[in-house]
Amino acid sequence: MSTGLNDNEIISKVLSGDHQAYAGLVDRYQSYVFTLALRMVKTREDAEEVAQDVFVKAFKYLADFKGASKFSTWLYTIVHNTGISFLRIKKLDVHSLDNEQVFERADNLDSGMRANMVEQKSKIRMVHDAISMLSPDDAQIITLFYKAEQSLEETAQVLGIETNAAKVRLHRARTRLKEKMEVYFSEEIRNL
Amino acid sequence: MNDKNLNSNAGHDGMDNRLWSYIDGTATAPEKTVIEQLLASEAAWKAKYQELLEVHQLLHSTELEKPSLRFTKNVMEEISKMHIAPAAKNYINNRIIWGLGIFFITLLTGFIVYGFGQMNFNSGQSSPIGKTLDKLNFSNLFSNNLINAFMFVNVVIGLVLLDSFLSAKRKAHRKAA
Repeated sequence: MSTGLNDNEIISKVLSGDHQAYAGLVDRYQSYVFTLALRMVKTREDAEEVAQDVFVKAFKYLADFKGASKFSTWLYTIVHNTGISFLRIKKLDVHSLDNEQVFERADNLDSGMRANMVEQKSKIRMVHDAISMLSPDDAQIITLFYKAEQSLEETAQVLGIETNAAKVRLHRARTRLKEKMEVYFSEEIRNL
Repeated sequence: MNDKNLNSNAGHDGMDNRLWSYIDGTATAPEKTVIEQLLASEAAWKAKYQELLEVHQLLHSTELEKPSLRFTKNVMEEISKMHIAPAAKNYINNRIIWGLGIFFITLLTGFIVYGFGQMNFNSGQSSPIGKTLDKLNFSNLFSNNLINAFMFVNVVIGLVLLDSFLSAKRKAHRKAA
């Protein structure tokens, strides 16, 4: 295994013919890629399919990784593009950030959930549930910034936008998340 | 009205954005100082800061989701049937790109020079553009031997360049396979 090597060393090994070394990169990034995919496509089955597709594409085009950015940033760009394509193919709605329908959709999806909400829900689960109610765009930027170890500049690069735009998007996404938590998890928040 | 009052009067969105920048550590040093002063003196700012900080900490406390246990194995099985594509820079020959560019620029320049050569700049009429355009004889364009030779050479150069571009691409694909 290539666990002791850094990303660039593993990539060099893979490019020089040791394809098994790629397993080291898959092991290292599978949770990040899967979480990002799950934030976009919402179901675990679809997220696994997208994540697998991402690693296959990354392998195929590994020679194009120039090392100008972190491998993770390059990989998450593939996640972003693959996720968007998947949503388009599945004809799911990719809501824009300013689309108020996002809230209506979340309300509808979760109409029965409020009544049956488990009172002792852990705060981590609560945050996960609140994130899953966000639009793919909002959920993705929050995950990139908080869980995928990406700076604002790198997050912007993954999403193909300016750093300032990423900053505004992140602020809005967090505000919406807070609103979701206040609406659906007010009791849990009080107990924190 | 001083800065502090201006800051205090900022809308909720402004307050949120400035506090998020402060929490993320992206606020500039002077902005950071102003926010710290506001947090020390304004209860509303302090309350909002606590609220946002709580969300920030909660987000940091979340965990990554894990795919199925077979995930790595599935990916490795999938890639075992594949080859790594050659880097784009290896099969895109810059000389060919430059050659194509020069070919089209030459072609365009030839047409422009010929067009201007046909114009009579001394016609001196009240509406020179309309009149002089009338004097352009496009029928000469393809009947003049010199122009025909120029066109022929350009077309041949174009075909040669296209052929070398396609051959290079075909070779790259063969090599990858």
